Amino acid sequence: MVTDLSGWAVTAVAVLGVCSVACGIAVFVVDSMARATFALLASFLAVAGVLLVLDLVYLAVVTALMMTIEMAIMAVFMIMFMMNPAGLMPMTMVHNARGSAVAGAGVFGVLVGGIWTIDWPVRRGAVPVDATRQLGEAIMGSHMLVMLVTGVGLFATILAGTVLATARGRYDRFGADLTGAKPDDPIPGGLPR
Amino acid sequence: MPDMSPPEEAQGPAVLLVVVVGLALAWLVAGADRFAVTGGPLRSFVEPVRSGVRLLLEQRRTTLAPDRLLWRVGCVAVPVLALLSLAVVPIGGQTLWSTSADLVWFNAMEALLWAAVWLVGWGPNAFHALTGGYRFLAQGLAYELPLMFSLITVGVAAGSLRTTDIVAAQADLWFVVTMPVAFVTFMVTAAAFAFWGPFAAPVGPDIAGGVRSELSGVDRLLFELGRAVFLGAAAAMGAALFLGGGSGPWLPGPVWHLLKTIAVVVALVAVGRRVPVLRPDRTVEVAWMVLVPATVLQTLVVAVLLISGFYPG
Repeated sequence: MVTDLSGWAVTAVAVLGVCSVACGIAVFVVDSMARATFALLASFLAVAGVLLVLDLVYLAVVTALMMTIEMAIMAVFMIMFMMNPAGLMPMTMVHNARGSAVAGAGVFGVLVGGIWTIDWPVRRGAVPVDATRQLGEAIMGSHMLVMLVTGVGLFATILAGTVLATARGRYDRFGADLTGAKPDDPIPGGLPR
Repeated sequence: MPDMSPPEEAQGPAVLLVVVVGLALAWLVAGADRFAVTGGPLRSFVEPVRSGVRLLLEQRRTTLAPDRLLWRVGCVAVPVLALLSLAVVPIGGQTLWSTSADLVWFNAMEALLWAAVWLVGWGPNAFHALTGGYRFLAQGLAYELPLMFSLITVGVAAGSLRTTDIVAAQADLWFVVTMPVAFVTFMVTAAAFAFWGPFAAPVGPDIAGGVRSELSGVDRLLFELGRAVFLGAAAAMGAALFLGGGSGPWLPGPVWHLLKTIAVVVALVAVGRRVPVLRPDRTVEVAWMVLVPATVLQTLVVAVLLISGFYPG
């Protein structure tokens, strides 16, 4: 499977893989939400490093980019909604330790068993010169419909989540009959509205 | 597509070159900034070096119960990310680290800055520093999408995400001519991700220096250096993406690129230091209501021009 990778690449993938798993474990070991969040980010960055070694540069940098922004935003909300918002008191990410250990070990066993028993297909054709272009053509070509449906679904979810979460709707902003000329906001935005 | 990275054995000097160029750009930015603020003599360009050396010798002070690990990681990450973003900027016709996705790499390094700055704010276990960190994240929500769209516009026109290809695509016409909105947006967002000038709210004096309020000694030096390198790298990147990089008559390419970078820095400082500091919550609304539609329209215009065969290649 890995014969077309050079020795150092195999080593780098192995080291980064171990780093990723170690950081993933650290998420549940550390006692602060900030450390847990950034241990998770370190784990994702190690995965991005694996993709980089496999010469999938675009996927690697997009993984780093998306995961970093996601973790930075997540840190805000996780710390905000914690029982001790400062997050400096000891906390734990582990709940239902026994059940989750059983579930984790079970999933790990199934996945490893699958990886080693499956009859992996061999590569047909050559490695593309520009994997980014090939990825773009795949997404924008044959899988366009799937991507569009997923994208609209995600967008609808975000909108619905925001609508459900916001304390102030349009009736608060524009009056009960929505006739207000200017929105009545406690904090004005940057535009003269 | 040819790999423009220097060969393996030249990586050592190339890394050194990027570090030296990064430090030189940081010095240029810091000096020009100080010159603009004080309106003072040319001693402004000595002052950053002097205060840098002083910080190097200063004893580090600490706070009560800091998260030392995350604090240090954040402080080191800021300059490292700045240098890594400089690694994809073409210097003398080639980049230290050329990938098929240079633009996304640049963007990713800047996104990692979100985490780094927040960590610097979180680390000292201090109110003002943390406030500054949160302000930076709020500001990030404002500038991130306009920055992405302005980078995408360049990639669309050049048909490549590789910075050397983008410079080559501007042989006939600089991209700034057909994408002025993207250029201005890129420079504005560059000031925002270096939280400098009108976007300096995360380090504002109203919160006692914000993110950097508890930084001292080497930590403060690394942090300030990282900001300056980021701004300098963004100026060099702007010159490469929109102003044709090293193209120009008579003079050799690197000199042209340097001159354009200096011009961008001077323009940035001259304009940026005349605008008051903006509140992050207000910049979010302006960014989403004005900059995002403007940059999307800019991308549309460039895409239509591309389809109509305006750009060669």
